[in-house]
Amino acid sequence: MSEITKQSLTELVENIKNKKLSSTDVTKAFIDRSEKSEELNAYITNDFTSALEKAKKFDQKPNLDSKLPGIPIAVKDLFCTKDIKTTAGSKILNNFVPTYESTVTENIWNEGAILLGKLNCDEFAMGSSNETSFFGNVQSPIDRNLVPGGSSGGSASAVAGQLTPVTIGTDTGGSIRQPASFTGIVGLKPTYGSCSRYGIVAFASSLDQAGPMAQNVKDCALLHEVISSYDPKDSTSIDFNRNHYSKELTNNIKGKKIGIPKEYRVDGMPKEIEDLWQKGIQYVKDCGAETIDISLPNTSYALPTYYIVAPAEASSNLARYDGVKYGFRAKGENLIDMYEKTRSEGFGAEVQRRIMIGTYVLSSGYYDAYYLKAQKVRKLIKNDFDEAYKKVDAILTPSTPSSAFKIGEKTNDPVSMYLNDIFTVPVNLAGLPGISIPAGHDSKGYPLGLQIIGKAFDEQNILNIAYAMEEKINFKNKITDWWIK
Amino acid sequence: MSIDLKTIKHISKLSRISVDEQRAKKLAGDLNSIFDFIEKLNELKTDNVEPLTSIAETTLKLRSDEVKSKNIREQIIKNSPQDNEDYFVVPKVIE
Repeated sequence: MSEITKQSLTELVENIKNKKLSSTDVTKAFIDRSEKSEELNAYITNDFTSALEKAKKFDQKPNLDSKLPGIPIAVKDLFCTKDIKTTAGSKILNNFVPTYESTVTENIWNEGAILLGKLNCDEFAMGSSNETSFFGNVQSPIDRNLVPGGSSGGSASAVAGQLTPVTIGTDTGGSIRQPASFTGIVGLKPTYGSCSRYGIVAFASSLDQAGPMAQNVKDCALLHEVISSYDPKDSTSIDFNRNHYSKELTNNIKGKKIGIPKEYRVDGMPKEIEDLWQKGIQYVKDCGAETIDISLPNTSYALPTYYIVAPAEASSNLARYDGVKYGFRAKGENLIDMYEKTRSEGFGAEVQRRIMIGTYVLSSGYYDAYYLKAQKVRKLIKNDFDEAYKKVDAILTPSTPSSAFKIGEKTNDPVSMYLNDIFTVPVNLAGLPGISIPAGHDSKGYPLGLQIIGKAFDEQNILNIAYAMEEKINFKNKITDWWIK
Repeated sequence: MSIDLKTIKHISKLSRISVDEQRAKKLAGDLNSIFDFIEKLNELKTDNVEPLTSIAETTLKLRSDEVKSKNIREQIIKNSPQDNEDYFVVPKVIE
């Protein structure tokens, strides 16, 4: 048997079910490695002591029929966890202890998993490099001083660095897929409405979705099966017939029609990415699928649309942080002064910037020119996909326009940072599922990902395509343990 | 288009985020470059396009109005930066 932390979720579940490993063995191994990995700064809060207690308790009376029996899992610190500090990477929530549990984490614990801790992320999930976190940037296990991507950067770092077998992140514009691509792991952004948003610190409510991040497609399918559920506590949760994603997973994609959108061939895209994409096209053909050239004509308008819609929703969602009922409070001479200082000292620069963009585009006299305009363009972007899906079953694109960049490289230029999400944002705007799988390395040895976009609620199909491609690609992540002394 | 310092001060007031002069200047620069980028949308004619107001095309389900979390007052109050037993405390608003 290979080293515990190197095993996939599927292997760990099997070994616990066959009693080759106990939950305590597994939990200890991940805690031990997490403790040696402080330099990655992947955790904001650890719950190691109580994780071990829970593991021991599990072993005394193991329920081996559950889907994640005694498996320790760390989650992004955007999910509210009852009685455990939840910060969203912000100073303003530095002392916030939820009185309730998010539905997706509850689904995980109900299947026997154990919370390891809360993972670092960009403040309120606003960022593409994990550099906006109040708790400091996260290092990528791929290389020193390399960003792991964002906003689920701690999550990506923790999975790629084997600090947790799998994790869950959230994706508003690419926050699962982009860091997955940067760190050589698999990340799925589900269809809007398939995973409950209840108990997730809100960023942009019409775009936010929780999703799994894992070492491989099978693990990703299994975790997705656990977190996807209809939830009356989220009014946008959708009651549809969910698949048994891991059981139904197949690499048979013969006859599937896969669209290749020409608009994703953007100016200045490195040749390595183009070559990777061509390789991906060849792989799906080798699997018996057919590729079809398609057009998504409004693709280049997706990012500008996103940077109206997301900040607008954020500015209204984040109005709740006023220093009264919970969170950080600054001293003020009067009530208004207290609000203004609390928000000025409690929010970081990127969050303030987005609240202000949002406030501006919603303000009197500008609403029609910006917000209404963006909603109309959003409709056009969705129509593009609807049109494409009359001809194809899924769409294949690169996940990101470049590989991971160095810490500090893009912090002074917000627009260049935003451009990272150029291939992932359209998927959120249209509410579709998208999965990023590792597909190769660039000349520096950094991972590159490919994205498969599906029809709404067609997660099974994109998981199957990803599964088939994974087999052909046979990607090996180059993790040198550089951070472990 | 150009966002000047006066506009920044106005937005900062609406956002209830106080900004000093130096920060306001930085924000004006950032917001101008972001809005330059956003202006691209004006290339598109959208007069006859219906705005997308809900991505999940579903009708809202009704549920009975029942209290599910009971007796959590103490836990809720514990999260407040300043409390006086059963109440949240804010700076004085009436002179």
